[in-house]
Amino acid sequence: MSLTQYLGLPFAQHALAAAALVAIACGLIGPFVITRGMAFAVHGTSELAFTGAAAGLLVADNAIAGALVGAVVVGGLIGAMGARERERDSSIGVILAAGMGLGVLLLSYYHGFATEATNILFGNIFGVSSGQLLVLAIIAVSVMVAMGVLYRPLLFASVDPEVAVARGVPVRLLGIIFLFILAFTVTEAAQVVGTLLVLSLAITPAAAAHRLANSPLAVAGLAVAFALVSADGGLLLSFESSTVKPSVFVVAISFGIYAVARLVGPSLKSARRETAPADDEGAPKEAAI
Amino acid sequence: MTAPAATSAIRFVGAAAGYGEHSVWEGLDLNVERGEFLAVLGPNGTGKTTLLKAVLGIARLSAGTIEVAGRPPRRGSKRIGYIPQQRAFDRDLPVRGRDLVRFGLDGHRPGILLARRESRRRVDQVIRAVGATGFAGAPIGRLSGGEQQRLRIAQALLGDPDILLCDEPLLSLDVAHQRVITALIEQRRREAGTTIVFVTHDINPVLPYVDRLLYLVGGRFAVGSPAEILTGARLSSLYGTHVDVVRAGGRVVVVTPDDDDVTCGDEGHHPPAVSAPALWEDE
Repeated sequence: MSLTQYLGLPFAQHALAAAALVAIACGLIGPFVITRGMAFAVHGTSELAFTGAAAGLLVADNAIAGALVGAVVVGGLIGAMGARERERDSSIGVILAAGMGLGVLLLSYYHGFATEATNILFGNIFGVSSGQLLVLAIIAVSVMVAMGVLYRPLLFASVDPEVAVARGVPVRLLGIIFLFILAFTVTEAAQVVGTLLVLSLAITPAAAAHRLANSPLAVAGLAVAFALVSADGGLLLSFESSTVKPSVFVVAISFGIYAVARLVGPSLKSARRETAPADDEGAPKEAAI
Repeated sequence: MTAPAATSAIRFVGAAAGYGEHSVWEGLDLNVERGEFLAVLGPNGTGKTTLLKAVLGIARLSAGTIEVAGRPPRRGSKRIGYIPQQRAFDRDLPVRGRDLVRFGLDGHRPGILLARRESRRRVDQVIRAVGATGFAGAPIGRLSGGEQQRLRIAQALLGDPDILLCDEPLLSLDVAHQRVITALIEQRRREAGTTIVFVTHDINPVLPYVDRLLYLVGGRFAVGSPAEILTGARLSSLYGTHVDVVRAGGRVVVVTPDDDDVTCGDEGHHPPAVSAPALWEDE
């Protein structure tokens, strides 16, 4: 079957649409994940989406519902255990290890198709039913709306928490809300690339954007664009291959973008620092220390 | 009601603050007048920052009241601008100087950071006012401490505050930059009648501008003009031990028995300007 024939099929269209929504959500949260130093929280949450999915499979034969419930529980646990940043990583490590063990235990009692288990770990957007795709779409849109509303105060709280508190921003509450947004987004991304490769959509595009741009909005825009190209580009490439999973292509594209950004980024960013004072209006220059 | 409320920017009445049983200061009665420059001095852990937080409505008093312009403090009040000490930002943080300033305009409001013409104009205006136009476009992680603190002043001024709370804004700046930053703060007071509450270890950079000092030591405090407070006798009774106040080369140095306790002339862990142990010997 050719690519155009695939594109005429509803399942392919649904998968591309779902991947696009997930990519936008990932691109929006990615820069905050980096700024707030939460890469490990993303990894921990996605590993535990695996546990939730395994439980969901066992109890209701529904991996996505299980993963979502798992993500909410994990978001709450991380929020409750690691209020302070320094405690957070060790809390996540503890929950992650315990959760993965539980997931493996649950899978030992699951007697359905073995591929379901590997789908959780490595993703298979084509195996998702249209009803579940709708759920994914609703969650992705909710994440986008939440990020649209919270963007400015969350950025303030992430970059400049001291002054944000003084200006009346509920910094701690925003941190907890962001944990839940992150948990939902990660669970979604796991459907496309699998729990083990979530970072390829939740971090890599934003990390590439960080290398290229100086302003928050430019970084957000680039991160969304890179995530979209990776997710949908990966799916399109996978139509050409029957043996290799889509997540492999997604990871390959996002890593490729990052590698290029790392190469060209330094020259771009330092050039920006040189040109920045160009609009100098004769301000006293005593910056050199 | 009593008359002072009308002219007071901030009014403490029998105010006390502390964590649990332990109070850092108590019985504080103080009217900070409109347009007054109040410096808050004292060793670490004497509740200087807690005092600012109480005015901001973040920390609660354990006793007494505070009024800000005649009303109880309210979190996020537009009347108050806040300038923290300089800190390190990640070099690659994709936030420019002007983005940091912009937070002062509407960072607390829900929504996305869209640059409207009006907000851009106001941000440009304050950036120009503090002489930061040349570097406001660079990432904040690549700015020097002095550059960053100029932007902090711009950020605080965007809200057009009646009161500026400064929490050690000169920490880790060199003397030249300390002078620039204090001059900018003083300029705001002169031009807009803004009340300044300035927490500092080192009184010297602000000494030319200060109306009164609030000197906090171990739960006790003294309030008065620099000339009244910065004397050996007054500070010795405040510390409850022998303290010397040395004036040399236009600078004031408070020499306490415990070196890294308070040396007004020098910050933190640098060697004190005057060798203290010798003075301590005869105690």
